[in-house]
Amino acid sequence: MADLNTLTLAQARDALRKGETTAQELTQSCLTAIEGAAALNAFVHHTPERALEAAAAADARLAKGDAPAMCGLPIGIKDLFCTKGVPSQAGSRILEGFLPQYESTVSQNLLDSGAVMLGKLNMDEFAMGSSNETSVYGDAVNPWRRKDDSAALTPGGSSGGSAAAVAADLCLAATGTDTGGSIRQPAAFTGTVGIKPTYGRCSRWGIVAFASSLDQAGPMTKTVRDAAIMLGAMAGHDPKDSTSADLPVPDFEAALTGDIRGKKIGIPKEYRMEGMPAEIEKLWADGVAMLKDAGAQIVDISLPHTKYALPAYYVIAPAEASSNLARYDGVRYGHRAALDQGDGITEMYEKTRAEGFGPEVQRRVMVGTYVLSAGFYDAYYNRARRVRTLIKKDFEDVFADGVDAILTPATPSSAFALGQMKDADPVAMYLNDVFTVTVNLAGLPGVAVPAGLDANGLPLGLQLIGRPWAEADLLSTAYALEQAAGFVAKPDKWW
Amino acid sequence: MLDLTYDTPKPRVIAGAKYDWELVIGMEVHAQVSSNAKLFSAASTKFGAEPNANVSFVDAAMPGMLPTINEYCVEQAVRTGLGLKADINLHSAFDRKNYFYPDLPQGYQISQLYHPIVGEGEVLVEMGDGTARLVRVERIHLEQDAGKSIHDMDPNMSFVDLNRTGVALMEIVSRPDIRGPEEAAAYLGKLRQILRYLGTCDGNMQSGSMRADVNVSICRPGDYEKYQATQDFSHLGTRCEIKNMNSMRFIQAAIEVEAKRQIAIVEAGGAVQQETRLYDPDRNETRSMRSKEEAHDYRYFPDPDLLPLVIEQAWVDHIGATLPELPDAKKARFLNDFGLTDYDASVLTADLDSAGYFEAVAQGRDGKMAANWVINELFGRLKKDESTITQSPVSPGQLGQIIDLIASDAISGKIAKDVFEISYTTGRDPAEIVETEGMKQVTDTGAIEAAVNDIIAANPDQVAKARENPKLAGWFVGQVMKATGGKANPKAVNQIVAAKLKP
Repeated sequence: MADLNTLTLAQARDALRKGETTAQELTQSCLTAIEGAAALNAFVHHTPERALEAAAAADARLAKGDAPAMCGLPIGIKDLFCTKGVPSQAGSRILEGFLPQYESTVSQNLLDSGAVMLGKLNMDEFAMGSSNETSVYGDAVNPWRRKDDSAALTPGGSSGGSAAAVAADLCLAATGTDTGGSIRQPAAFTGTVGIKPTYGRCSRWGIVAFASSLDQAGPMTKTVRDAAIMLGAMAGHDPKDSTSADLPVPDFEAALTGDIRGKKIGIPKEYRMEGMPAEIEKLWADGVAMLKDAGAQIVDISLPHTKYALPAYYVIAPAEASSNLARYDGVRYGHRAALDQGDGITEMYEKTRAEGFGPEVQRRVMVGTYVLSAGFYDAYYNRARRVRTLIKKDFEDVFADGVDAILTPATPSSAFALGQMKDADPVAMYLNDVFTVTVNLAGLPGVAVPAGLDANGLPLGLQLIGRPWAEADLLSTAYALEQAAGFVAKPDKWW
Repeated sequence: MLDLTYDTPKPRVIAGAKYDWELVIGMEVHAQVSSNAKLFSAASTKFGAEPNANVSFVDAAMPGMLPTINEYCVEQAVRTGLGLKADINLHSAFDRKNYFYPDLPQGYQISQLYHPIVGEGEVLVEMGDGTARLVRVERIHLEQDAGKSIHDMDPNMSFVDLNRTGVALMEIVSRPDIRGPEEAAAYLGKLRQILRYLGTCDGNMQSGSMRADVNVSICRPGDYEKYQATQDFSHLGTRCEIKNMNSMRFIQAAIEVEAKRQIAIVEAGGAVQQETRLYDPDRNETRSMRSKEEAHDYRYFPDPDLLPLVIEQAWVDHIGATLPELPDAKKARFLNDFGLTDYDASVLTADLDSAGYFEAVAQGRDGKMAANWVINELFGRLKKDESTITQSPVSPGQLGQIIDLIASDAISGKIAKDVFEISYTTGRDPAEIVETEGMKQVTDTGAIEAAVNDIIAANPDQVAKARENPKLAGWFVGQVMKATGGKANPKAVNQIVAAKLKP
């Protein structure tokens, strides 16, 4: 058997059930890999003792034949999830020292399903970023490098630590969250699979909020099958989250037939952006051909309001964030600035938040405050909400026309170098989300599937967008694409 | 139901140095919803707990915590709306009101700015002199209360108590239909009475269960009528909001002094600035809370953590069907069924305990007599003890017995008062008291006749005078009562004396 940490969830699960290995061996193998991967800066809080204990408990369950879906499978948890008794900082200094007394619903669901948590994963501060460079823990590093080039690349963001850890086989899978592309973009940059489920499929309870109407948790895995397995364990109705849907969770894995004959796949013309790299164009065309070969019907569609999505997103998300982040005030938990004699509550807020939040978070809080302020609310926030409704309607219209899924590129480029965007206009970074934000605004499920390598040998991903609540169908289409693409490349181990 | 028609009270007029001025007042009443749990968390709302004992992760705004609506609080708001004859909005929504304060852990208050749960309603405010004002309610919305900052426990530190944080409040917003300080107090009193009847707010102003923001403006006589005809606010003066009042007395004083302040400004050629003010009862003045530069921009927007609140008409109907009889209806019924005076009916329906007590006494008895005994004897006696109706040592059944004993001529009204006092102090049954203490009046006409004969025989001069002037018969009656220790039936004595003195 190969190194245990390189197994997929499905492979490891089957091996455990056959008694070919143990959860403790699997976990130890991952812990060893993590120890050797400090250069990737993916895991930022390590919980090895807890992991080995959980693995032992999983082995006991396996021995009794009582093995739920994720039993004994070692995974990483994004730092945005509150995990009981384990530091949960959302990649921010302002939550320094914060130890939740509660476990997020999604991580609890995974633990209940037998998963073994190895530790917490790096991310952009408060999930605001597309390169993992806004993290208080420093950059997470992509295990992939350009051919004959040792420049450190971004794993994407905000779930950069999750993507790097899965791509580098430090864990079998990881949780991510996606507000504007934070699962799908890093998945595409690291040759992994990431699905953002329909808004409301996974509970948001216990996940540090960025933009409540857009945030959604999802799995980041090595294969589509793994995504199906893990999403099944994460999802479900939660009465503690009013926006969580009271719908049954289907058996996503059982639905992976890969048979997409007769399915209608829409190709939106508005996603053909000006200045799009030829490699991305080609990847997209290849994807179309693969699905067509697999028996799908390809149709050209129009999503006319696409060009307004990014501006609308960068009004709505900061607006919600400015309010959601108001609770980080130094009064009850986390970082509080040292005060000077005579400082009052206003100084405490100002100093605490100036020290606790990094520049990108501060920028978004200010943008959000501005767009909600008197006199600007209608021009920005209300207009953005109207755009959002129109974008949602664009999708509803094409689904009403019988389209089953929509194929687009996942990102406008492959992974870029860390530091490369340092002096760029922040908007240049925001353009990373151009293909993904529409899906969050419309609340739809979207999955990124690795589909090829660029000329530098870096992975590229395609995105499939599905109907609301049709993750099972979407994953089956993604499975067909994965089979057709036959993406098996792995990064050369340099770390 | 009775069709009650009232004259409207005259608006309060204040004479300025140059002109007469009228007052225009609107009120925003914050009423704490009677509920065991908070609006968006399961933490207890019990008053008087140790600081920070009733605080959930949601109330403390821990990272990743989410609000979930307490259905009972929604039911209470609907019940309140129905009690104020208001429109119930089947579709409402929650918004965030953003501002920083240590006792506001989320950094925002969840409220209902854009789509409140209750729409237009009304409150009939009786002024006690036969006049009444129909005050329109604009809306009622649900919102979270804030916690409490404590600045006087330590010279260098401030403390925060989050027990109140997240407790459900109903903000009941009136139209500017109130025309004087007394009306404002009466409006608040009537609102409190209705909420207590409904069981949706305990109305306890001291513990902060009911607080009011009072909007005051002034106008020249005739301007208000123009506003009423057009609903155009430009006919009215600029208003100032006096925040956070929790005493009827202070509300009246604050309105008075604020109106005079505005009159002085306008008569001096100045303009009233729209602002938020605080009333200082020690100096009897209102003071500006914050300048325009410091004015908050609350950045209201729909709370993305909560779905729109959608309720079913059938549910509203069910709540409506279980609504208790409300003060106006009860008063009308008391007037109608028991023949009470307006004053007595008002007193007896002031609160449910009094009304319930009275009805138990009046059941199958003379209503007026029951009202008389409850108001004059019982309430008077309770007041002397600074006690309340729920603490009455005399039960409705016992008070009823006294009335029955009078009605059956077993005791006189005068003796009845003695019986009541004994019953009040000892808790003994009136029937037993009368029996044991030998207080039953003598109705045996033979015995009375004998007593009358004795007195007539002993006082021939008086008899002669009385035969000339029948008014002097009273002297004989008094003598007989004295001779029988007050126990003779006065009616029988009167009859017999009259008969014997007939020439």
